[in-house]
Amino acid sequence: MSSTPAGPPSVDKVDGFTRKSVRRARQRRAQSSSQFRAQDKPIELTPLALLKDVSAQEQPELFVKKLQQCGTLFDFMETLSDLKMKEYKRSTLNELVDYVTVSRGYLTEQTYPEAVKMVSYNIFRTLPPSDSNEFDPEEDEPTLEASWPHLQLVYEFFIRFLESQEFQPSVAKKHIDQKFVLQLLELFDSEDPRERDCLKTVLHRIYGKFLGLRAFIRKQINNIFLCFVYETEHFSGVAELLEILGSIINGFALPLKAEHKQFLVKVLLPLHTVKSLSLFHAQLAYCIVQFLEKEPMLTEPVIRGLLKFWPKTCSQKEVMFLGELEEILDVIEPAQFVKIQEHLFKQISRCVSSPHFQVAERALYYWNNEYIMSLIEENSNVILPIMFASLYRISKEHWNPAISALIYNVLKAFMEMNSTLFDELAATYKAERQREKKKEKDREELWRQLEELELRRAIQNSDASAPAIPT
Amino acid sequence: MAGADGDDSLYPIAVLIDELRNEDVQLRLNSIKKLSTIALALGVERTRTELLPFLTDTIYDEDEVLLALAEQLGNFTMLVGGPEYVHCLLPPLESLATVEETVVRDKAVESLRKISQEHSPVDLEVHFEPLVKRLASGDWFTSRTSACGLFSVCYPRVSSTVKAEIRQHFRTLCSDDTPMVRRAAASKLGEFAKVLELEYVKSDIISLFTALASDEQDSVRLLAVEACVSIATLLPQEDLEALVMPTLRQAAEDKSWRVRYMVADKFSELQTAVGPEITKNDLVPAFQNLLKDCEAEVRAAAANKVKEFCENLPEDGRETIIMTHLLPCVKELVTDTNQHVKSALASVIMGLSTILGKDNTVEHLLPLFLAQLKDECPEVRLNIISNLDCVNEVIGIRQLSQSLLPAIVELAEDAKWRVRLAIIEYMPLLAGQLGVEFFDEKLNSLCMAWLVDHVYAIREAATTNLKKLVEKFGPEWAQNTIVPKVLGMAHDPNYLHRMTTLFCVNSLSEVCGQDITTKHMLPVVLKMAVDQVANVRFNVAKCLQKIGPVLDSNSLQTEVKPVLEKLATDQDMDVKYFALEAISVLVLA
Repeated sequence: MSSTPAGPPSVDKVDGFTRKSVRRARQRRAQSSSQFRAQDKPIELTPLALLKDVSAQEQPELFVKKLQQCGTLFDFMETLSDLKMKEYKRSTLNELVDYVTVSRGYLTEQTYPEAVKMVSYNIFRTLPPSDSNEFDPEEDEPTLEASWPHLQLVYEFFIRFLESQEFQPSVAKKHIDQKFVLQLLELFDSEDPRERDCLKTVLHRIYGKFLGLRAFIRKQINNIFLCFVYETEHFSGVAELLEILGSIINGFALPLKAEHKQFLVKVLLPLHTVKSLSLFHAQLAYCIVQFLEKEPMLTEPVIRGLLKFWPKTCSQKEVMFLGELEEILDVIEPAQFVKIQEHLFKQISRCVSSPHFQVAERALYYWNNEYIMSLIEENSNVILPIMFASLYRISKEHWNPAISALIYNVLKAFMEMNSTLFDELAATYKAERQREKKKEKDREELWRQLEELELRRAIQNSDASAPAIPT
Repeated sequence: MAGADGDDSLYPIAVLIDELRNEDVQLRLNSIKKLSTIALALGVERTRTELLPFLTDTIYDEDEVLLALAEQLGNFTMLVGGPEYVHCLLPPLESLATVEETVVRDKAVESLRKISQEHSPVDLEVHFEPLVKRLASGDWFTSRTSACGLFSVCYPRVSSTVKAEIRQHFRTLCSDDTPMVRRAAASKLGEFAKVLELEYVKSDIISLFTALASDEQDSVRLLAVEACVSIATLLPQEDLEALVMPTLRQAAEDKSWRVRYMVADKFSELQTAVGPEITKNDLVPAFQNLLKDCEAEVRAAAANKVKEFCENLPEDGRETIIMTHLLPCVKELVTDTNQHVKSALASVIMGLSTILGKDNTVEHLLPLFLAQLKDECPEVRLNIISNLDCVNEVIGIRQLSQSLLPAIVELAEDAKWRVRLAIIEYMPLLAGQLGVEFFDEKLNSLCMAWLVDHVYAIREAATTNLKKLVEKFGPEWAQNTIVPKVLGMAHDPNYLHRMTTLFCVNSLSEVCGQDITTKHMLPVVLKMAVDQVANVRFNVAKCLQKIGPVLDSNSLQTEVKPVLEKLATDQDMDVKYFALEAISVLVLA
């Protein structure tokens, strides 16, 4: 007898309205770049001798030949075509990687253009369209680059090439120029995370070695971010670019240039408004904190910016903002804190009373942070009156018992901090509410009068302009 | 204007400004949205001297508030004292046009464009044009992008020296070093070309167009394609080849699929703009390539244009071009690997039959239609079926009926209810074209099966479908074929099916007429008044209210009235409510 327990009745049969196609993460797909046109003829490469098998004098020439061969591209969507030649290119690339890692004296002036050309041929391509418009980077598997078996080795070669001791930026800068960098930056939109990771290392090396390109790279990253924020909301490599910027900012000299400050306020802060913030928030927050550690005077504009862009409807983002704010508060100077405390705690008071318990909880955790607590204590005469009404109201009303408990602790902390003020606020709480209600009534009355006036004017005007109707 | 000035004692500006400064964003937003009321209270003079300076100085707010402000100011001309004073609105709008948030900036530009028309030519040169220049040479990219949208509104109304300056500014922005500004300029290129004198179109615009179309960023290049349409329309035919075509050819073969997509998407407009000769020589091969593009996005965009492109081909030679150059590509698309491509093609391919005539349709197109009717993707099949009327005009639908039927049956049972819904909507059309006999034999059972679908939307659509069928085939057909089946469901154990009977009666009574309704439907409905399920009972009440007007007064009084009166004393609140409503609407009390 079968002992299989009877499962729950199939949902489909019970309720005809359940979605049968519950969103499933799509299969990992491979996609080729958009550059391939149908190739009719099979590709033939003449096998060359191994570099280690020829004499030292012959090596440079053979090296260049191999670089040229590796500029040939294969169609990886056709899994069965050119198998032999694909394997040959792969092994050649491997050989080249090893060669640039261990050999000495191979880098002649003629090899630079060939190496850069080989890399350019392979990596620079138009990225294919994203498979679906509603690609959700958190849910869906990314599209993977089909030619990765070759591409990976090309990137590896390039990184080793840039890192090689013999590499001379002064010679290479003729070939690795602004146009090269621009194309490199465009590739950061690749959906393949492996490729973006390689690109990150490449760009980092270039930024490190080519001083003349630094300003240009920063400016182009600026443009990518601005376009991302204000035009497309789509760019895969934001997190990677921010990671590079994190270390760039770390190296900024003091005092900060106006250009860098502008970047912080006009580019990094607006990045907080993007829908997909969760994908790069950690890196973004790191950059922001880096800036503030360099230059505490920037705290005020940064916090004002965050408050301006504070999420209105997305609780998940609100939690991220609160997390970032805590990171900032961890490094804030007391003098800066005093400047923004009023605006800041008006927002925190709204968060504390959020009906979404995660938001309220995240905000209430601030009171577990010793440094923030000490700042609040020093300024309790300003902060307590701002916070009091929300805390007092929510302590009685919040649906979530955990929040009520946290609020109780916060109230207790305030009471211990400044009991005189606390009692005073508790005593006047009701009167305050009355006063607010009256103000609200006055507003309504004002607007009623204004609208009446508008109506009267409209009638007057139409009387004046319309011809008199004989009665 | 009587009472144009506000009463100072009643509305001190401070109180009003307090409203605009309210701490609560929502309240602030509400106040800004009623800015005209505030301005009215202040009167024109104080609006100009106090309100506008305040607004100009305090532009640092939530983008939502700024957006509302930018919109309001576009309608403020009368509130500042009419066209004579309209330039007072420029300072706040200028600040708004430099804001980062795109929607705010765009709205500010829209308002500026609007009020530019209210400036006198003198004011335009004294106040408006300097503003455009300031924006065009602003430090941050936002002001420069805004400037791009303002050139074309002032150009036609200023002196020739100022015109030359404007052209120069536009030229500078087209080669700006931020791509955002170049994009803005490229997107306004066509609009700007339209207000320029022809000689400047040839000398200035063409070089800008060529430069933008070979920009290093594909997002700029693709915007040049859009401009291409306007520019080609402006130029005389003999100049097109030399001035426009090299760039257009290059765009159609651009290495970025986004640019090629744009060409495909604008193909009909381009075709009209360049005229028949160039179409024959250049656009036909270009279109072939787009239909064979390596990116599905591009192929789908091109496939969408197949019918329109063919329709607009010059009549002499049209058939040859289609048959020898385009049809082979179209044939390949029928078996494309991408369903969006096939689906795009299926939505237009039937249109080719009117262009090619009966013989070609039967010989060449019919096999394609049949193949698409068997396509694995339901959208493809559906798109073919939804365009059947085009073929019907040319060859009659019967040619297709053998393949049509399995396709319809399969769609009718598709697992996705939206697909089922879509096919139901074509039933009346199909029934009309296939005739009553074919319908009774093959499709009737499908129509009845939908009545017991497990999705309400399908049952509802099936009910409406029956009504349309009766409109086509007449009451007698209804009485013989569908009414018995519908009424049979009144005894179904499932209350949802019993309710379906009532819904069908609701929609059928009018088209079936008094006789059928009184003799056949009414008795069944009345019997259902004692159903155990309250939902059925109150639907009986609703049904009686609905069919009441079709019945004669005798049966209303002797049969309907007693039943409704009984229902009006039902235990269930809703049943009572609807019974009472029916009694009062039918005036039976």
